[in-house]
Order: sequence, then C-alpha cells, then structure tokens
Amino acid sequence: MKQNTKKGVRSGANGNAAVASVLDASPGEPVPKAPSGIDGLDEITAGGLPRGRPSLVIGGPGCGKTMLAAEFIVQGATRYGEPGVFMMFEETADELVANVRSLGFDLDGLVRDGRVAIDYVRVERAEIEETGQYDLEGLFIRLAHAVESVGAKRVALDTLEALFSGLSDHAVLRAELRRLFRWLKDRGLTAMITAERGAETLTRYGLEEYVADCVILLDHRVVDQVSTRRLRIVKYRGSPHGTNEYPFLIGVNGILVLPITSLRLDHGAPVERLESGVRELDAMLGGKGFFRNSAILVSGAPGTGKSSLAARIAEAACQRGERVLFLSYEESASQLARNMRSIGIDLERWTKKGMLEILASRPTLQGLEQHLVLMFDAVRAFRPSIVVVDPISNLTLHSEDAGLKPMLMRLIDFLKQSHVTAVYTNLVGDDETSIAETQLGVSSLMDSWLLLSNIAAEGERTRALQIVKSRGMPHSNLVREFVFSDRGLEIVDVVLDEARRPLTGRRRAGAQADAGNGRRARGSAAVARRKA
Amino acid sequence: MKGQTVEPPAKPARAAKAEWQLRLYVAGATAKSVAALANLRKLCEEHLAGRYEIEVIDLLVNPKLAAGDQILAVPTLVRKFPEPIRKIIGDLSNEERVLVGLDIKAVAR
Repeated sequence: MKQNTKKGVRSGANGNAAVASVLDASPGEPVPKAPSGIDGLDEITAGGLPRGRPSLVIGGPGCGKTMLAAEFIVQGATRYGEPGVFMMFEETADELVANVRSLGFDLDGLVRDGRVAIDYVRVERAEIEETGQYDLEGLFIRLAHAVESVGAKRVALDTLEALFSGLSDHAVLRAELRRLFRWLKDRGLTAMITAERGAETLTRYGLEEYVADCVILLDHRVVDQVSTRRLRIVKYRGSPHGTNEYPFLIGVNGILVLPITSLRLDHGAPVERLESGVRELDAMLGGKGFFRNSAILVSGAPGTGKSSLAARIAEAACQRGERVLFLSYEESASQLARNMRSIGIDLERWTKKGMLEILASRPTLQGLEQHLVLMFDAVRAFRPSIVVVDPISNLTLHSEDAGLKPMLMRLIDFLKQSHVTAVYTNLVGDDETSIAETQLGVSSLMDSWLLLSNIAAEGERTRALQIVKSRGMPHSNLVREFVFSDRGLEIVDVVLDEARRPLTGRRRAGAQADAGNGRRARGSAAVARRKA
Repeated sequence: MKGQTVEPPAKPARAAKAEWQLRLYVAGATAKSVAALANLRKLCEEHLAGRYEIEVIDLLVNPKLAAGDQILAVPTLVRKFPEPIRKIIGDLSNEERVLVGLDIKAVAR
C-alpha cells in the first residue's frame, strides 16, 4: 500500500486512483493499475495490471509465460522505478538470465544493482519425504526476504504449480496458496503468477480460484504452417479491457502485443497538407493535396500505375527533404528503381542520399504478425514521414485471410500514431464488382481513396483516375485521364463525347484539338470584333 | 557462515564432526516445530546415541539460510551427513517414516 504514494502509477487514466489505497478501492472507483511496460498489453488492459494484486498468466508449454513475467519484472525495475522479485520453480537463475538476454534485458545487471532479486525454488519429489504436519512458511520467508532485500513492489512467481508435483499433501498446499495470495495483497505487491493451462479447468490445478482480479491467457498455435502466439484477457475485475485475442511476438526488444491501439481512436488529425507531387492531383484534392498523417489507398487493376503514382509521391517528398520508407512486395529495390526511371522518377538518387529506404520482401514467407513487427521496427528505426506499402494485397496469399483486416488496422493505427502519412496500393480486378469485393474491407479505414482503371476503346488502352473519397476536404468528382509522359505523371481533363462518355488518349487529343480549333476560331472572331 | 547460525539446544560440544549431522529448519517456536524437535531428539537418542549432532535453524532469525538448502516447507529436517543429502518435511510424528527417510535402520541394526 505504501507504494501508492510513489510515482509508480504513470498511466494517465488512473493517475487519480494512485493516491487511493489499493485494498479499499470500492466498486465504481477505477482500479489502480501498474503498467506492465509490455508494448500493447497496457493498451488492451487500459493501463496495466491491477496494482497491488495478483494477476494470473495461463498458457501451455512454450507460450511465453516466463518471458511475459520476466519482462514485467524488468520493465518495472527499469522504467517505473519499481524493484521486483522473480521467484521461479522450474528454471534456475542462470537459465532465466540467459533466456531474457535474448530479449535484450540485462537481468544480471539489475540483480547487481539491487533492483531485482531472483530466487530459484527447487522442488524435487524424489528428494523429499513427508511425515506429519507442515506448512510452507519457508517459502513465505524466502519471498519476504527477497522482497525486503530490494524493496520490491512487483513479484513474479513462475510456475507456482510446480509445487503440486513436488508435494503430495494438496490440501495443505491449497490452504497455503490461499494464504500466499492474501499475503501478496496485504503487502500491496503487484504480482504476476504463471500457471499451466488445464484440460478442463483454466489452469491445471485450478489456481484461478485464488486469483480473481486479472486472468490472461496465452496461446500458441500453428495455422497454415505459420505459428502465432495469441494473448487474451479472460477477466479483469473492475476494469474495461480488450476482449479479443491479440497476436503477440517475442522479439529482440521484448514482447510486443498487437495491436498497438485497441480501445481508443485518439490519433491527432493534423490539418497540414501534403502535396502529392502531381500538380493536377493536388488540384483535385481541394487544391492542396492530401492531409498529412492520413491513410491513402491507391487501388487499381494491373498496369494502371499504382506503383508509379506511389513512387512519385515518394520522390516528391524526398525533394522536399522528407524521409520515405518504401515497402515493396512485388519488385526488388533495383527493379523498382529501374522501372521508375523509365517514367522520369529517379529513386536511386534519394536512396543514395539516405532519404529513401526501399525494403523489398515477400511478406507471405512470414506470418502477418511477424511481418508487421518488421515494419514497426523499420518505421521506428528510419523515422520516415511517408510510408508506402506496395501493395497491401500481397501481404497475404489468399485475400479471404481473416487475419489481414485486423492486421491492416493495426498497421494503419501504428502509422497514424507515428505521425506518418501512409500510401497503400492495392491490386484489384478491372470490373466494378471485383473492385468492391477486393478492397479487403480496408477502404473504410482509409482517409483518401484513389481508384485507377483501364479504359480500352478503339484499339487503345488508357488510364483513368478518380477520387472515390477523400475525407475532410472538397474533392473533384471527375474521372480524369492519368498519363505517363516524358514530363512524368500528369492528369489531364477528360473530354466527353456526344453520348457523354469520357474520351481518353488519342480520341481525347483529337476532340481537344477540335475544341481548341473552335476556341481559337471564336477567339479570332472576338479579336476581329474588337478590331472592328 | 553456517556455523554461526547454530542454536545448540542439545548439542554435545565436540571438536570432531559427528557421524550424523542433522539440521532442522523451523520458523519460530510453533507447535509443529516444537513437536518436530522433540520427535527428532527422541529418535536420535534411541538409534544414534552419541553419534549425532542436531543443528536447529530458525528461519525467522536467519531468513537467508532458506535458499541454501532449498527450504520450502517447515519444519524440514535435512540430513547433511552421511551423504547424500536427504530431506524430510513435517513434524516427524511418524517414526517409521523418519527412519526410512534418514536411512537409519540399516545403520543401527
């Protein structure tokens, strides 16, 4: 309880609750929380684990329970000034230190600094004979000693259930566990207790009976030969929480639970504009271009110029001195550079200057989540102002993949929160129905949506561009022709024929020439009149 | 370090190490620990008279020592010597099981 006066509670939502005592938090008051420091987990729990109370983490072997508990302790000690005790029953201290080093955590150093205490409790049935009455006071004494030695505010117990296989008197054990959880609460320790998943009950030995405040379930499964770990908050008494299953990863920077945002839609909406690099397109977008920090979808059939438009937007940004990250899933970096050079867009110049980074990969080789993490890392490392994803339809082999939409939502959220303008291209069929069907359900997440299409008539194929939507700005409702010329990308007016159908290409040129002649004729007539 | 923790209740002061070195971990003078110590003394006098040494460690006084012998439950009796180390937890009320646990019968008879 005493720790509440410290600066430990930093989550804004619960700042006021920090002064309230842990134990007399009456219903209705928000539950005080201790941020876990684990990316994503604090978002879905709206601030972290219940402060001063035990939380249960359940999962089968290899689910990442120990890693989660270890990161909870390490983050507490390093980021929140809350020393911690890690008491484990299955791994030795050396094994744990080695394992968490792979997450980039220096547990050894924290132990030396007196910010973390590790105690390995070995329970070996074969070595122990039982006769008569006993209790687990020895365990309490060890825990109390460890807690005192570092002034711990956090405790991780991994995996308490090992006691069940080590001791035969389960009645005593259960009574002692109940006492242990009470003991942890009385001392206001924020605790994470791991447990094996059971076949019929949530945990193998029914530990959920004792921990009522917060239960987190971890799961590890393989779908289509790609393994994903998932995390779900089964229960969180007195607090709102995300109820979905969220993918999580154990990466080089610790555990990352996706999404980055789940409960809130609170990214800022800047009014600053971003010029596309195609003057006529900016004109169509209320005269000023896209909004910065918005999500832009460029969809179209093969060969309509999606990548070219995206590359032009990237080039224009580099010319203004902004950094661009180009994620290319169809072409290698050199292929992309060569192809763009043919329409007058010089990407190499900017990659050499370090303004543009082209990351070409085949995302289907990894799981979507894994790929998302690579993107996150690239964005964090390169800090671009614009990110191009070309195309999002390549993120999955089969577009009915149920995982794609949530993943894209996470990506869009993440890029918005990183103050990045994102350009997503998307490959669609050429007819109206396939356009609607293959938007992967993502068009509703986009702020601006440009649709490119092919128009084939009279032995000529031309490209058309229209703005399907662009939130928050007046925008042109006209179908325009999109031309690659030696001056780069251009958008020209479409001329309508007698039947009000758009004329493009040579026919447009012909019609314009006629109209131009007419105008000139009228002009000279006017001049003639003035002269007269 | 271990020597300093000794509470010698009935330990005969001897320079040489006894053949049987037993260590009883307790947490304060609870009914269980008092019973365990009484049971242990009785048993030792019967079977190991003159050949044993009992060291009682109160973890409330020396909490640090719990980790060394991997103490979890109290009372815990640890046979330090002869090796290998054996552990018996509980108040030692079942003499038969304690004897088996310490492997005393074979030696005594």
